[in-house]
Amino acid sequence: MKVKFWGVRGSIPSPRAGTVRYGGNTTCIEIRTDNNELIIIDGGTGIFPLSQTLLKELPVTANVFISHSHWDHIHGLPFFIPNFIPGNKMILHGAIDPVSGRGVEQVMDVQLQYSYFPVREAEMKASIEYVSLSPGQTVQAGSATVKATLLNHPVVNFGYRVECNGKSVFFTGDHEPYSNIYSPEDESYEEYRGLIAAQEKMVFDAMQGVDVLIADSSYTIEEYPAKKGWGHGTFDSCMSMADAVGAKILYCTHHEPTRDDDVLEREFAKALARHPRSEGMADFRLAREGIEIEF
Amino acid sequence: MNELSADLNKKLGEAVERMPAFPKSVQKVLELTRDLNCSPKVLVQVIENDPVMTMKILRVLNSAYYSLPSKITSINHSVVFLGLNTVKNIALSIAAIGILPKQNAADFDVNQYLLHSLTTAAIAKHLCGKVGGADPMDCYVAGLLHDFGKVVFAQFMPEQFKISLEKCQEGEMSLFTAEQDAIGTDHTVVGSMLAEKWQFPQPLIDSIRNHHSEKAGETAMGACVYTANQISKKLEFGFAGDARLESLPPAVAKHFGVNINLDTLISSIGEAELSKILEQARQFSQMDGS
Ligand SMILES: [Zn+2]
Ligand SMILES: [Zn+2]
Repeated sequence: MKVKFWGVRGSIPSPRAGTVRYGGNTTCIEIRTDNNELIIIDGGTGIFPLSQTLLKELPVTANVFISHSHWDHIHGLPFFIPNFIPGNKMILHGAIDPVSGRGVEQVMDVQLQYSYFPVREAEMKASIEYVSLSPGQTVQAGSATVKATLLNHPVVNFGYRVECNGKSVFFTGDHEPYSNIYSPEDESYEEYRGLIAAQEKMVFDAMQGVDVLIADSSYTIEEYPAKKGWGHGTFDSCMSMADAVGAKILYCTHHEPTRDDDVLEREFAKALARHPRSEGMADFRLAREGIEIEF
Repeated sequence: MNELSADLNKKLGEAVERMPAFPKSVQKVLELTRDLNCSPKVLVQVIENDPVMTMKILRVLNSAYYSLPSKITSINHSVVFLGLNTVKNIALSIAAIGILPKQNAADFDVNQYLLHSLTTAAIAKHLCGKVGGADPMDCYVAGLLHDFGKVVFAQFMPEQFKISLEKCQEGEMSLFTAEQDAIGTDHTVVGSMLAEKWQFPQPLIDSIRNHHSEKAGETAMGACVYTANQISKKLEFGFAGDARLESLPPAVAKHFGVNINLDTLISSIGEAELSKILEQARQFSQMDGS
């Protein structure tokens, strides 16, 4: 299995001199099975440079999985170049929006409108198929299986576990660790604590023993208190999670748009120092645009 | 007991989708959602005090789409599962439908109905806390929703419901018998069929269905809801169309001990607790939202 990062930035594209090493594109991850089948998780702006590399292997079938519908995870989708060329196929997977009641086709519909984009979906030449997933559902994508797990974000967000030939990768999308909305003196505190424990167990079970865990580590622990409830994790929460689920490698991603590369490395190093590594423990790394790993 | 035709079941289900919630909760949701950092606790409390909002949020969660291994009855659980912001936005979309009108063609007082539902809910929870055998919050939700069928009748079949209310008030028969005469079904059937249609947990469906039947005694939850309903009526906490008291069937009473009747149960709960329950329910049932 191969994994390549095409976008590691959270919230908004952030190209500038200070981000040139880690990259300014928003979330997009390319996964190749051992049979070279194409799986893409999230359609941030990173999907545009990725899609250009696909032009040399047409026709392509792209199995795209959307973690959630926030702009930074879908705003590259209209620029997925193979969609304009006949013979290609995109299978777009994602959640149903419980507020609008609409399926994953909504993430294309909202963007491909006259006022916002010149081409309508009906005018795209590739075949586009929509698959709305339920929490806990597993689907086949070529020779890989992909399982969706509901995580914690201000909009329905799936983490995806991709498995193929005994290898596995889990991407969280955007995720904040659960926390109790009640104080210990409140009557509902215990009930809520139990509910969180059960939900967290389900999430950790879904990540258990992955070769590669890619996780939303937007904030530092110093920044977090002011951003609680915004739906993102910290370097430290991701490191603890990786150790708890026995991941082999953790990639921290969804870098804060204002964070320059030097600061990013410095903050990551500080968190790393709080989570000393020893033999057999997970390897912690920063996700960087353009790097590819094979495992 | 009359079953609901598939056609009526479908029609009522769709009608309830468009049914507005109670004024106080609509106002509170609109107020809370203006603040980005609204208190999650307060939001949960608002939803838990509104039968329409509770019904609709449980409907989303228990739908086949989420295919949950165990059904959800608690609003807290819905927040853990879907996240606060999603629950907030579902509540906001319900609030956007409008406000349940105080006046309806059935002359059914929805304010008094809400007071009755809220006190039944709180008493059911209290009773369950004493005898166990069920989750107290599940009993609360069952108590809150037990008479949901009535507010559906008032909204969508007001003429026939008005006739039922009048017959009942003339002292001829209980409201659910009068409903069967005038409508062909009664509020226990309609409430439980909606709960079933939306795939609520079985004990919740049964508690709504059996709250005028000795079958309520088959489960602790059923017994708590049956009994709480009678206590709320006896103490005249609100009014839901029928002042008649039903004595506790032995199958129900046995959950609470030997030689139990409504009076002994009321005194065991205690005046202080009961007036606290009434006061909290009043705060949430005020129609003017003040
Ligand atoms: Zn994001
Ligand atoms: Zn997001």
